[in-house]
Amino acid sequence: MSGAPKGAAHQAVAHESAEKHVSGRADYTDDLVTPVGCLHAYLGGADVTHGLIMGMDLSAVEAAPGVLGVLTAVDIPGKNQISAVHAGDEPLFPEEMVEYHGQPLFAVVAETRDQARRAAALAEIEISPLPHVLSVGEAMESRLPHVTAPLKLQRGDARKALDAAPRRLAGRMEVGGQEHFYLEGQIALAIPGEDDEMVIHCSTQHPSEAQAIVADVLGVPANAVVVNVRRMGGGFGGKESQMNLFAAVAAMAARRFGRAVKLRPDRDQDMAITGKRHDFLGSYDVGFDDAGRIVGVEAELAARCGFSADLSGPVTDRACFHFDNAYYLPEVTITSRPMKTNTVSNTAFRGFGGPQGMLVGERVIEEIAYALGRDPLEIRRANFYREGADETPYHQKVEDNIIARVVDELEESADYQARRAAVLEHNAKGGIIRKGIALTPVKFGISFTATWYNQAGALIHIYKDGSVHLNHGGTEMGQGLNTKVAQVVSEALGVDLDRIKVTKTTTEKVPNTSATAASSGADLNGMAALDACETLKARLAGFLRESRGVEEVEFLPGRVRAGAEEIDWTALISEAYMARVQLSATGFYKTPKIHWDRDKGQGRPFFYFAYGAACSEVSVDTLTGEYMVERVDILHDVGRSLNPAVDLGQVEGAFAQGMGWLTTEELWWDEDGRLRTHAPSTYKIPLASDMPRDFRVKLAEWSENPERTIKRSKAVGEPPFMLAMCVLEALSMAVASVCDYAECPRLDAPATPERVLIAVERLRR
Amino acid sequence: MSRIHVTTTINGEETDFLCEPQQTLLDVLRDDLDMTGSKEGCGSGDCGACSVILDGRLVCSCLVLAPEAEGRSVETIEGMAEGDKLHPLQQKFLEMAALQCGVCTPGILVAAKNLLERNPDPTEEEVRYWLAGNLCRCTGYDKIIRAVMETAADLRGAA
Repeated sequence: MSGAPKGAAHQAVAHESAEKHVSGRADYTDDLVTPVGCLHAYLGGADVTHGLIMGMDLSAVEAAPGVLGVLTAVDIPGKNQISAVHAGDEPLFPEEMVEYHGQPLFAVVAETRDQARRAAALAEIEISPLPHVLSVGEAMESRLPHVTAPLKLQRGDARKALDAAPRRLAGRMEVGGQEHFYLEGQIALAIPGEDDEMVIHCSTQHPSEAQAIVADVLGVPANAVVVNVRRMGGGFGGKESQMNLFAAVAAMAARRFGRAVKLRPDRDQDMAITGKRHDFLGSYDVGFDDAGRIVGVEAELAARCGFSADLSGPVTDRACFHFDNAYYLPEVTITSRPMKTNTVSNTAFRGFGGPQGMLVGERVIEEIAYALGRDPLEIRRANFYREGADETPYHQKVEDNIIARVVDELEESADYQARRAAVLEHNAKGGIIRKGIALTPVKFGISFTATWYNQAGALIHIYKDGSVHLNHGGTEMGQGLNTKVAQVVSEALGVDLDRIKVTKTTTEKVPNTSATAASSGADLNGMAALDACETLKARLAGFLRESRGVEEVEFLPGRVRAGAEEIDWTALISEAYMARVQLSATGFYKTPKIHWDRDKGQGRPFFYFAYGAACSEVSVDTLTGEYMVERVDILHDVGRSLNPAVDLGQVEGAFAQGMGWLTTEELWWDEDGRLRTHAPSTYKIPLASDMPRDFRVKLAEWSENPERTIKRSKAVGEPPFMLAMCVLEALSMAVASVCDYAECPRLDAPATPERVLIAVERLRR
Repeated sequence: MSRIHVTTTINGEETDFLCEPQQTLLDVLRDDLDMTGSKEGCGSGDCGACSVILDGRLVCSCLVLAPEAEGRSVETIEGMAEGDKLHPLQQKFLEMAALQCGVCTPGILVAAKNLLERNPDPTEEEVRYWLAGNLCRCTGYDKIIRAVMETAADLRGAA
């Protein structure tokens, strides 16, 4: 029995920083000791939503106490451009036109943050207003342009199928956006070096992009810029491109004044000027038979994208990719409409458009169920992907389908049928408090749809004392990526986890990395780290074969066997060093099999799918619209879990965040285009008191990824977010009870108590 | 404007500092006293990431002016462990994976400690509503609630 090292893959070990987290000693960017003389920058913005900049008088700002100077577009040494996709539509500081309320126009640099923040408010900016458009619907009516090319997915002839369908219905659904509300806000600390060098500590999911953008803005090559991040206090997609602005401004100010500069917006500014999840307006036309089986569907998914492209192209693409969720759509056309609006540019957020597309798809299922007077779960089952009906609207075959088993098991463990009967019985009595229950599935495609992003690198050093230093291109934002990758290395080298140190992510060690996004962190970086381990092991094994004259070499926990001899790891490393064996290696990985032709709408964009299902029961007060989510049961597929404790945390947290998206989190802009929900006082993420008292979360322990992923695990960051769809549908059922389920309530998201009450009143009439 | 001399007790140690009148206790802790365990999540008293205990009362240190600490006792996350020995709540949070990114964790631990000092035997509802002033965006709270309940039970058993 060789056993496994302490902390190796598949063990439920604690987060690598847990002890520092609980003692307040984990350093985030704002906690780093700053160099002597560190200055502070603050952004000043437009008080108009859309208009021409006629003049900026910054004399009062410059004259304010402690101020060293201001920076505007004319002070940018390189390019005035921070578009994450090189669309050229996102100036660092606009020179002619303001495109959303609060858009930064200048930065002020002062001795203290307080001074900079107060000074920023003193600007006199003259803007000649232009008409503005805020919502998706208005944008389409006003024929505003797309911020990026729409996508069309097509298989068969949906129109013909609809015309021939035994039954048909059409509808539309508004799906709200979402603020990330990472607890640690955006921040960058720039430290100027020799010549053109600049070191930046930044809360970023994408250090390589921050590096590229800063280099462009400074007008220097990428090799002059280093971006570091040890950990983030949450990311959720909000730091995939949105940190570019802060990193660039801090760097520009540091270059100008030759001193370190920190830029940290307050929460209100952070929420006003950073992108959010896209709001969608989904419309659908579906044909089906009397058994509820879909024969054809046409859907259009229009999104509020804000003033620039940012990541809206791939986000709206992913909405189209996930409209099908777990269902076979025989004849189908799905189109995206990435609409320009005069709002902050929408960006990545856990699920990346997938949740919005999937939610509209689930609404179609719900509509069919109400039209036929059936349990929506029956309609779901009738439409699941299955043998012979396994091709997605993007022509990828679903080869790893386990949705039926996941749903069957959850139906039983959650006691769904008996509880649904009890809910129906409760509601039949009339009464003020109504109940609802729903069970919804999730199938989520894993891989970046930008195929070239599916690569990763790692760098591992073994020091003479046998300790291991691990670095990879992914970033730690609380999701436990560093822990998982270290566990992979522990198992591969046979070294206990406590001898492996994962250090900050830095562009100095692993270049040209992809964003830690698309749930890909462990899949990509785990494989890259494993590749580096294999290289090191091959060198050590070669050394042993040569020095011992044996063939057989086996790596065991804490030791290596060479023929009949067992050598302690530390002794081996010491010996290998003396024999001049190279003890440092890089690793690299690129996801196999995937390809995607966007123009044709065909390919295999996803390496594999992750699955899950959730069941929620809710109680609704029909006099006030208030509700409680009473019980939630979840069964989720993470393949062979790299770390069950970390994965359960991801599933629970994702569900809570999804529930917030669909219930209490409402972004609200006033008529003038000001975001009015710009702080936790008005923007409500779930609280401990909002969450279900009965929360039963399980991983599908039998599942193993059929693809050759890292240790046969599956990605976990995003897929469980969509488990929360059952909350919306359960609320819908409680509402529908007031008209004896005669009508689908068509609840829009978020289903705030206000919206629930409006729906109750509407259905009562 | 002249700076204000404040004498206070932080985690049992008498401390004095100079501050501007408009500086918050949070700013002084973080920027001047190098105690960065308390975090600024919102700066408006709505997220609880800066929670400290002031004369036995749980407060958001972003809403306390630094001069108000004069002559009072401040307890922060840095004072929760005794040397290398973690407080039972800290140990339980670690063991039960009741944390992810860690930014809300110090505030939640400080709040939970204050709760258990007031009420060693809280109901789950009491824990949930006591911690409703501490936002967490990562965990969904369930493990946090379980960790507080279990620690309370352990401490009662030990008492």
